[in-house]
Amino acid sequence: METVAIPAELEAYWKQLDCGFPRVQPIFADCIWEALTALSTDGVNAYIEYARFLGKMGRGAEPILIFLEEWPSVARILGEDALPAIAECIRRMYKSPNGKAITPFLQSLPSVARRLPTGQQMQEYLTLVLEFMESTTGSIHGIHQTFASPGLPELFKQVPMLLGQLSLAGLKKWVDYGARHYSDHPERQIDYFSLQSADSRAVLQRERHGTLLADNERQLDMYLRGLWREEDQLIPYSNAFDELRQPVPYYDKLGIRLPDVYNDAHGISGIDRYRALLAHMVGHRRWSTAIFADNMSPFQRMAVEFFEDSRVEYLVMREYPGLRRIFMALHPIPAENACDPEKESGVRHRLTMMSRALLDPDHPYQNPHVIEFAQRFHALMEAGGTGTQEMAELAIAFVAKTRRQSDQLAKTHFKDTVIDYRDDNRHLWKFYEQSDDEEMFEEHRQKSADEEIKGLPPRHYREWDYNTQSYRPDWVSVYEALHPKGNAADIDKLLEKHAALAKRLKKMLDLLKPQDKVRIRYQEEGSELDLDVALRSLIDYKSGASPDPRINMSHRNDGRNIAVMVLLDLSQSLNEKAAGCDQTILELSQEAVSLLGWAVEKLGDPFAIAGFHSNTRHDVRYLHIKGYSEHWGDEVKGRLAAMEASYSTRMGAAMRHAAHYMEKQQADKKLMLILTDGEPADVDSKDGRLLIEDARQAVQELDQQGIYAYCINLDPKADEYVADIFGKQYAIIDRVESLPERLPQLFISLTK
Amino acid sequence: MTDKDQYKIKQEPFYQAQADEVALYEAAYAARLPVMVKGPTGCGKSRFIEYMAWKLNKPLITVACNEDMTASDLVGRYLLDANGTRWLDGPLTTAARIGAICYLDEIVEARQDTTVVIHPLTDHRRTLPLDKKGELISAHPDFQLVISYNPGYQSLMKDLKQSTKQRFTAFDFDYPTADIEADILSKETGMGKEMSAQLVKIGQAARNLKGHGLDEGISTRLLVYAATLIKGGVAPRSACRMALVRPITDDADIRATLDHAIDAVFA
Repeated sequence: METVAIPAELEAYWKQLDCGFPRVQPIFADCIWEALTALSTDGVNAYIEYARFLGKMGRGAEPILIFLEEWPSVARILGEDALPAIAECIRRMYKSPNGKAITPFLQSLPSVARRLPTGQQMQEYLTLVLEFMESTTGSIHGIHQTFASPGLPELFKQVPMLLGQLSLAGLKKWVDYGARHYSDHPERQIDYFSLQSADSRAVLQRERHGTLLADNERQLDMYLRGLWREEDQLIPYSNAFDELRQPVPYYDKLGIRLPDVYNDAHGISGIDRYRALLAHMVGHRRWSTAIFADNMSPFQRMAVEFFEDSRVEYLVMREYPGLRRIFMALHPIPAENACDPEKESGVRHRLTMMSRALLDPDHPYQNPHVIEFAQRFHALMEAGGTGTQEMAELAIAFVAKTRRQSDQLAKTHFKDTVIDYRDDNRHLWKFYEQSDDEEMFEEHRQKSADEEIKGLPPRHYREWDYNTQSYRPDWVSVYEALHPKGNAADIDKLLEKHAALAKRLKKMLDLLKPQDKVRIRYQEEGSELDLDVALRSLIDYKSGASPDPRINMSHRNDGRNIAVMVLLDLSQSLNEKAAGCDQTILELSQEAVSLLGWAVEKLGDPFAIAGFHSNTRHDVRYLHIKGYSEHWGDEVKGRLAAMEASYSTRMGAAMRHAAHYMEKQQADKKLMLILTDGEPADVDSKDGRLLIEDARQAVQELDQQGIYAYCINLDPKADEYVADIFGKQYAIIDRVESLPERLPQLFISLTK
Repeated sequence: MTDKDQYKIKQEPFYQAQADEVALYEAAYAARLPVMVKGPTGCGKSRFIEYMAWKLNKPLITVACNEDMTASDLVGRYLLDANGTRWLDGPLTTAARIGAICYLDEIVEARQDTTVVIHPLTDHRRTLPLDKKGELISAHPDFQLVISYNPGYQSLMKDLKQSTKQRFTAFDFDYPTADIEADILSKETGMGKEMSAQLVKIGQAARNLKGHGLDEGISTRLLVYAATLIKGGVAPRSACRMALVRPITDDADIRATLDHAIDAVFA
């Protein structure tokens, strides 16, 4: 390596640094010069001292190199007194097995400092990093930490991007989530912290600041429909993961693509930025026509786009003048002399100035071309009847007049030239020739459409994590299917067996009269006198006409309006024999549900039956046995007869899925009966409390949706948890063999 | 005899014709054909009838129908007094006697058995039998029956019977076109043309949302209210929020959209 002589006045510092790495010497002088301007004398000493420590640390040349180069600029932001805290943080990493993370940590430091410019925030960030490191660094015997934290280096690589999207609090939540769920799984932890895994992105999405499209889609639909009489699919894209090339909004025949989140900017709220974008696109859809691009140079095309954008905005603002405020605030104002035409290409700069001048009548520009074309533009617009073609002519004239040699330069002036509420104008161009590529001449092979769809795609449900008091987004996959069919006669046999019970039930059902009272007027005989009619009859009578004898009224009961859902736990434990009898719990449940189904059909309430079991969170199965529109017939009985028990009980997800069906039922009262024989549990959940708390949360969600959840539990030891989940809405049936009798009775007393 | 003049319209009500409805109505009246006016709330149905009554110089008797209304509320009833009983004509009977235009507003709100009593008045017979009194009234030559209803909230329960519908000639009213509506606002309230056009634009934004969370769009009546408030010195944005947006919806998304429409319209 080339050695550069250290200038004499820096010789003392070089000695103090005492560093033998050959790569350090060439940069040393530059770094020190910068440090001398940025730091105090003490600060420079501390800088050299600490660099010396990093050099002697035994982690190669990288740490010292990065530190020497970056610290002066970091210290400018944070102040040089931030060094001890950072040094302490590095010391802790150095003392633990996480020495490898020091380099990425130092690399991320400048961009972190820019995002967190106060000492306070930096301190919080360092604490966060250290806590994370402690919790993910593994140890075998519990005394010495022996394994490095797998996620830590990944975290440092992502942190500059993350801090662009998240507040410090959001970052903390994101990190905590990963540390909690993947602390014992190194590969998944790496996936999470390198933003590879789906839930890592989902949590990031949840914690982002700004106006989320998902929350405001309905409002934007209404905006399009109400103000513009347009409707289209709004399709979000994420700009969280493309740092280099930010996607630009556009529309095509499939819909409008727009960013999934907008932060407030330039005093304009996120929702207004969406509206500005939509208004601009609507302008194009209304007033732009595609023109041929083949004969134009790229510069000409760009100019046409700028002029056409300005034209549609002019028309949009004529429709809704209040939009001017938003456009004006969002449109950048490039300084007139910001671009040096000798050194960089000023194409974008010039066009943005032009565009600003077209938008803003009080623009600050002196450039004669800009002023001339602004006048020509406004003259054209006021005359009316202009189209894209006129704008193209104007734009080409502008290009011809303002062309410079330097426009060909590779370095383009970009500052203040991005107008982010405008789309990419792909709709503006059409081409005589599609492409010169050979493959264009081949017919694209049609994809065969005979791929059969097997089952419905899974629905994803969130799950409650009581540790953090937050939801895990899209955590559980629920697959639904029709239950396979068996022999319906089996169920009829069961019903015959319980004929005596059925008779008793029938009496109770008859008592179960609907409750709403409806007035029936004009009755000759009734429970009450209808005063209005009676007076009228009296008058008729006195005046000699024949009076109406129908002067009474009575009441009719009406409006029993209950939708019922029975959710059966079909987990493995149902195959056990019930204590004190020779039937399995499954068989008893079958009998009980058959009787209940028969009883509810008699009452005529809308009624559905479904079973569920689960095999980890990725595979919760929800089996339809009876739908609301089906009658209690052989089809349903057949499915009930074929019931089988296996796997585990992930109750919360099944309840949420059942609730989404109940939600569509039009009924005053909604009742969800959950028949289970044990606590919620699943093989992938080590913490027994977790699924219980999730089920409890699901019950509360149901309550908010107006669904009354009631649990019928066959586990004699259920007292320990069932009240936690269902509050007072449960019954425990100790003698399982009495279930066929008790279940319909319970239902009747619940709905009386 | 009832005082005929109390039912006369004294002053010319403002009415802006949207098409040829005035001439058509006059033709219908000349032949004494019963008339039905349909249209959304606040689009000017009642105003139109009032205006026509004034123009034809005929008394107008208006009955607001409701679901507790019985046939005797229309036709008349006996009342008790010191000497026994006394017959009191109902509004329909009065109109038939004095030769007024009888306007049954929101007829679908009345019970179906009630609406049947108008049948003999609406065909060639032009009579009204008072069975309790034992009298058959032949309608005065000037008598005409007009009903109105709003098909917007038509439900299965609230529809006219075919036998009733087919006794009427009908006008289908809707909110006027933007120009006419702006004209109406400025004439009715004396507000400037430009401001009126802006108000109409907000109204139309809301009408586009009908069926997407709104049962009815902003009516001309509400626009007039807003214009009146603005004339009274209220700031336009507040007046619009108060008169146009808050009355019609409780839905936060719609409210935000319409509030934005107000901001977008008033630069």
